[in-house]
Amino acid sequence: MLPLSTTIAHALPETILAVGALGLILFGALRGSRTADVVAEIAIGVLALAIVVILVGAKGRGEVFDGAFVNDSFARFMKLLALGGSLVTLILSRDFLKREGIDQYEFPILVLLSTLGMMMLTSANSLIALYLGLELMSLALYVVAAFHRDNVRASEAGLKYFVLGALSSGMLLYGASLIYGFAGTVSFAGIAKALASGPSVGVLFGLVFLMAGLAFKMSTVPFHMWTPDVYEGAPTPVTAFFASAPKMAAVAITARTLAVAFPPIQSQWQQIVVFIAIASMALGSFAAIGQTNIKRLMAYSSIGHMGFAMVGLAAGTQAGVRGVAIYMAIYLVMTLGVFAVILSMRIAGHNVEKISDLAGLSRTNGWLAFFMAMLMFSLAGIPPLAGFFAKYYAFLAAVEAGLFPLAVIGVVLSAVAAFYYLRIVKIMYFDDPAPAFDTAPFAVRAVAAVASFLILAFWIYPAPVVEAANAAAAALF
Amino acid sequence: MELSLSNYLVVAALLFTIGVAGIILNRKNIIVILMSIELMLLSVNINLVAFSAYHADLTGQVFALFILTVAAAEAAIGLAILVAYYRNRGSIAVEDINVLKG
Repeated sequence: MLPLSTTIAHALPETILAVGALGLILFGALRGSRTADVVAEIAIGVLALAIVVILVGAKGRGEVFDGAFVNDSFARFMKLLALGGSLVTLILSRDFLKREGIDQYEFPILVLLSTLGMMMLTSANSLIALYLGLELMSLALYVVAAFHRDNVRASEAGLKYFVLGALSSGMLLYGASLIYGFAGTVSFAGIAKALASGPSVGVLFGLVFLMAGLAFKMSTVPFHMWTPDVYEGAPTPVTAFFASAPKMAAVAITARTLAVAFPPIQSQWQQIVVFIAIASMALGSFAAIGQTNIKRLMAYSSIGHMGFAMVGLAAGTQAGVRGVAIYMAIYLVMTLGVFAVILSMRIAGHNVEKISDLAGLSRTNGWLAFFMAMLMFSLAGIPPLAGFFAKYYAFLAAVEAGLFPLAVIGVVLSAVAAFYYLRIVKIMYFDDPAPAFDTAPFAVRAVAAVASFLILAFWIYPAPVVEAANAAAAALF
Repeated sequence: MELSLSNYLVVAALLFTIGVAGIILNRKNIIVILMSIELMLLSVNINLVAFSAYHADLTGQVFALFILTVAAAEAAIGLAILVAYYRNRGSIAVEDINVLKG
């Protein structure tokens, strides 16, 4: 039995988020309407506090709550990314929600609760903890997707996300029940021990269902169908949230499950991950070409990027997980930057989402066009921008693990994907100008500028991210 | 006749398949989809409780209780989103969910 102080020390960021979210619900309910500003500011403070606590708090590895919750450097790395995504989303959302007239105090609270779910998910060390974290994250996300409740597109996006999300968590649960039945335990370490004596068909069957559920949360093919519709229909800050923080948690738990619970059947799950990686990269590259809506394009782009991250995971080595961690960190910065630019797309008080609205942006708003161009080059993976290094570490791990065909296919498909990223740059710099955008709020411009600066400067000093990712990956092996 | 573990597993697998088929094949009404989701989750509970009895290990039953709780929350949120959707669209037919496509 661990002393209470150890338990609290390892679960302090989660405790802060939980207490903060519940306190804010109470505060909002007592103060009534018109408290959205205060609640959002406190919520941002709570997220920042959790980040600080992770940075200075308990180090090393700790298993608490009867082994269901693990705090190691991998969990801390991915939690920082998820918290950062939520924090920036909240900052980006303020102006948009006010203008759309949906500035309710529930929004920051739902984001907090969803982030709490992501952190539980990242630290999950048993199937029950995995399921509960996943549901806490998803239930809040369903509501957030339909947050603009008087808008037919947003409520349809929420409905679609809910139905498909519930289907996927049903599959995940069915897989979890089979794994529990045939391995005799729900703890990840116990499953690995049970599998060491030889693979069992029942567990393998369960793993396929479990991977289906996780692939849905990562929005990888063949469980990506919801992504374009939900990205397009949901309010833009919500789309930015969907594209950033939940992906970090979903990829983190997938890596942890595969690396901790199923190493004895690596040759089997490797096939699944390789298939997911190739299918996602291919769909993300080809389906995005014909899109005219920038949010829909970003949906296909995110499907493709999850495929590239899966290339690293398919290696199944420490270098592979390091590649995934670096990929997710860089992807987070790029996505938040692009969505900051999308949030600046507003003409005469109305949001516009067409790619053609960006035409001639270099002449009407040179800096915004420059930021967007850098982000697009980085998404395409052009050196020396950060997006290139993200792909480099993922493919390097795949090559080291002997997965040459996968790496070659990945490189070819990233060249295909470069087409539509470069097309946006061409539209911004060489087409006749469309009407100029309104001046974006300071926070949105700042996020776009900081994100493009980070991906521009990554090659000068990549060591902190790479070393942190290295330490994170070492925790799983 | 003595019921063995596999009898329970077959029933659960059948219920799960009916649930998935209900979601995929259903062309009428979203309420039916919500019912199918419940059916899937309950089939998982049968699985877990059967395994729990077979292993003489309580973990499976604890898991089943958690699933029941979460399923209730999930149904509440699903119905709330459905009501919001109905107020905007005036219909809950599956074929009318078509504003977003491409």
